[in-house]
Amino acid sequence: MLTKGMNMKVKEMKTNLGIIKGLELSFDKVIDETWEEPMGPTPYPSITDLREWDMKLLNKFKPFYLPYCDVCCLCTFGKCDLTGDKRGACGLNMAAQQSRIVLLACCIGASTHIAHARHLVEHLIEKYGRNSPLDVGGLNIDLEAPITRLVCGIKPKKLKDLEDALDYCERQLTTLLSATHTGQEGSNLDFESKVLHAGMIDHLGLEIADMAQISVLGYPKADPEAPLTDLGFGITDVSKPTILVIGHNVPSSVGIIDYITDKGLSGKIEVVGICCTAHDATRYSSMAKIIGPISWQLRFIRSGLADLIVVDEQCIRADTLVEAQKVKTPVIASSPQNCLGLQNKTKISSKAVISDLTEGKIPGALILDPDKVGEVAVETVMTVAPKRNKYKIIPEIEKIVETTQACTECNECVRACPNNQPISKAVKEAAKGDLNPLAEILESCVGCARCESACPNDLPLHSFMVRAGEKELLGEKFKMRIGRGAIQDVEIREVGGPIVLGDIPGVVALVGCSNYPHSGKELVEIAEEFAKRRFIVVTSGCSAMTLAMEKDDEGKTLYEKYPGNFDAGGIVNVGSCVANAHIAGAAIKIANIFAKRNLRANYEEIADYILNRVGAVGVAWGAYSQKAASIASGCWRLGVPVIVGPHGAKYRRMLLGRKDKTEDWYVYDARTGDKIYGGPAPEHLFTTVETKEEAIVLIAKLVMRPNDTSKGRAIKLTHYIDLHKRLYGSMPDDIHLFVRHKADIPITMKDEILKVLEERKWKETRIPDPTLLPRMIRKKKGD
Amino acid sequence: MTVKAEPWQKAEIAGPKKALLIMKPEVVVAMAKKANRPILVVGHQAVEDYSNDVKMIDYAIRISNAAGIPMVVTAHIANECLKRGFSPAGSMSAMEIGNRLNDPQWRGLDGGGTYDLAMFMGLPYYMQFVILSGLKHFSPNLKTISLDRFYNPHATWSFPNISVKDWNENFEIIIDKLKGEK
Repeated sequence: MLTKGMNMKVKEMKTNLGIIKGLELSFDKVIDETWEEPMGPTPYPSITDLREWDMKLLNKFKPFYLPYCDVCCLCTFGKCDLTGDKRGACGLNMAAQQSRIVLLACCIGASTHIAHARHLVEHLIEKYGRNSPLDVGGLNIDLEAPITRLVCGIKPKKLKDLEDALDYCERQLTTLLSATHTGQEGSNLDFESKVLHAGMIDHLGLEIADMAQISVLGYPKADPEAPLTDLGFGITDVSKPTILVIGHNVPSSVGIIDYITDKGLSGKIEVVGICCTAHDATRYSSMAKIIGPISWQLRFIRSGLADLIVVDEQCIRADTLVEAQKVKTPVIASSPQNCLGLQNKTKISSKAVISDLTEGKIPGALILDPDKVGEVAVETVMTVAPKRNKYKIIPEIEKIVETTQACTECNECVRACPNNQPISKAVKEAAKGDLNPLAEILESCVGCARCESACPNDLPLHSFMVRAGEKELLGEKFKMRIGRGAIQDVEIREVGGPIVLGDIPGVVALVGCSNYPHSGKELVEIAEEFAKRRFIVVTSGCSAMTLAMEKDDEGKTLYEKYPGNFDAGGIVNVGSCVANAHIAGAAIKIANIFAKRNLRANYEEIADYILNRVGAVGVAWGAYSQKAASIASGCWRLGVPVIVGPHGAKYRRMLLGRKDKTEDWYVYDARTGDKIYGGPAPEHLFTTVETKEEAIVLIAKLVMRPNDTSKGRAIKLTHYIDLHKRLYGSMPDDIHLFVRHKADIPITMKDEILKVLEERKWKETRIPDPTLLPRMIRKKKGD
Repeated sequence: MTVKAEPWQKAEIAGPKKALLIMKPEVVVAMAKKANRPILVVGHQAVEDYSNDVKMIDYAIRISNAAGIPMVVTAHIANECLKRGFSPAGSMSAMEIGNRLNDPQWRGLDGGGTYDLAMFMGLPYYMQFVILSGLKHFSPNLKTISLDRFYNPHATWSFPNISVKDWNENFEIIIDKLKGEK
């Protein structure tokens, strides 16, 4: 525990030495050393303290740069052409420029989470007091803040204890951002090291944010049996006034729910959400429902079902106000990060603001007080809803058939579509009266509406799709298990051994946004494949919503079919984006709880442990954002590989291993100090795949770790080979790299694998106690 | 006729160095003939119903057979080749083959030496866009050709945006002439 900013004043003090007058003592920090664990080597690491670890990773998983364009346009020297081996006016080359852009993206992502955390902590301190206890799991969790303990070396107990960690995050972020200025960092690898640092502080910000809100707002506390909630376009009771909340930062949604409760209006008003605010609103109250992921924004707003929209921050369409005005829906902006050009009405009387909104004198208002948002939103929606009568701008079918006659099949819509969907063909079919092709496109639509922006005839193509798919949309009624938060210590105790030894083949984290290459069904398939195979499937954010959006033949979603506990075969929804901290936290907890590794400020050792032992893989199938980039980079530094869907190629840099380079895959055997071939396990730290089939096979491969026992490796190889055979139609060509000795061979595949090994002139090696850190070697050669 | 070198996805602007347009299929033939170590990289879209009757994968196999150019398939489509009685020279992810082509020390799938020409087809447009960019910037000795029917500006050579019919006709000519050159 840490106390900050203490001041003592002594007017007059008599001592044996004499009389002291006007003594004033000031303490910046007082650290309460009741935590027995010794301080590790890197408390509050600076941007260079973990550089050596980063370079070890970057030596194994080298950057492969994929520039968007040839130029840099970040300063007035430019534009500079960096093509090939050219350097810009500042001296920077293309590799460094790309890593600089990646760093900028990760700084944007990390700053978003950290600012979110800062806002939450300040708001909750203001409302509940600085001494509010942190409690993310009651008696089930002793290790409450694995990332904070690991990075900062502190053990936070109260809300106020989080402030110091936040101060640290903000200092690091400022320094990292400064490194991107012209004339600062010049090495691509040092930029990459800073990217990893940005990821680490991003994870810290995530943990702080979710820990604060779980503790104070009464969310489920590490509850594997967190309740199911309603999710889907069709879950809204259209007979009621409906408030739609969009974003990530929950206080304004809490304000709305509290006001409804206080005024006895429960059951009379619908509170529905899109994106992570919806997650957190359902964690706060059973009153809230979820419409869907971020790609559901336009379709819902234009359908007129929201009588009032409250936006907070992150992943909100920038044209929300414009779209809302089209359907006569007032908007309340509630975050300083997203004011939408609205007048600040925070200090104006609620009555006056409500009056202005209900009479349509203003299209919306900026209100930076969550409680006031609650009052204004609820009072306004009750008056506005009957007036609006669910006014929508989705055209009638006859109108669509008529207006689509204007389509010249210029294909501008297709060329603007991120997924190259055959929109113009569908429009031509619509002109003939068949709207089914448009409905099919909606299934895979990411909701960006770039097709509309591109259309020279200004056809509202997205709205056409929504009308075409209206029946399916309104039928969307699913069940999702609400975000449970952290993983219990006891769960880690039970699965830590099986994961590290390989009996549980791996942990697959399906996280991130909904920028999918096709429909979200692919993600559901991936999740179920691994749940059936008794992996642990964890999920969060929009991906967690997507997983709820398919039903089996019995009408059940994955959440109704699979348990929510962190165990083999579980599908574990931790919650919103900031709850991703619990996924990284689980890996860290395995090192501490199962392996008894010291956690406190001991980042390098724990990351080394995870990289070599914990078969966890992150999958961001629809990642689009800078936040996703920073979350991924936090995983990389921790030794957890990340796979992104095809659009993830646009993150411009992969971190790829080369299994054909044997020399890259040696690890120290901590028992002897010998260098042992550990195999390409994991083969990559960050890569993009094209198809779900490729993702599935790669997940099964990336969970292998040098430390796997023979039994564990055999289990992992069974899954890898089985999936490869099923989805690729053949044996993998790299099995020999993963078989260390014959006991690793799955018994049911022995003959065919032995044949492959013989062809490959395979030689037996031994299983190391793997580490990349010389200091972890217990016995040096010659001892 | 004026053909614009305009990226298919219109915002994918490359910068000063843009792909030369393949206005005649003979360009591809000449490039393939000139290359000492060509390679063909084929993505998963090659097995989707992209062309009316013929799938891209069939063209790819015919090119590979016609000119003896080794073919690497990406994603999960190796089986589609095997079903057609064709064994690709390699199967790896698009990022892996891109990364290896980026390495001047890589001796190729057969250990025979560095490739000097890589022809791409069948990857998602935006993936191919960035992979070709990586090769343009970091593999100065490698020429690249985009064989898809969309202009992909980071290649050394690319078809312009053309119709399926024109694209099919181009491929028939390329395959015929490659056969002749074999």
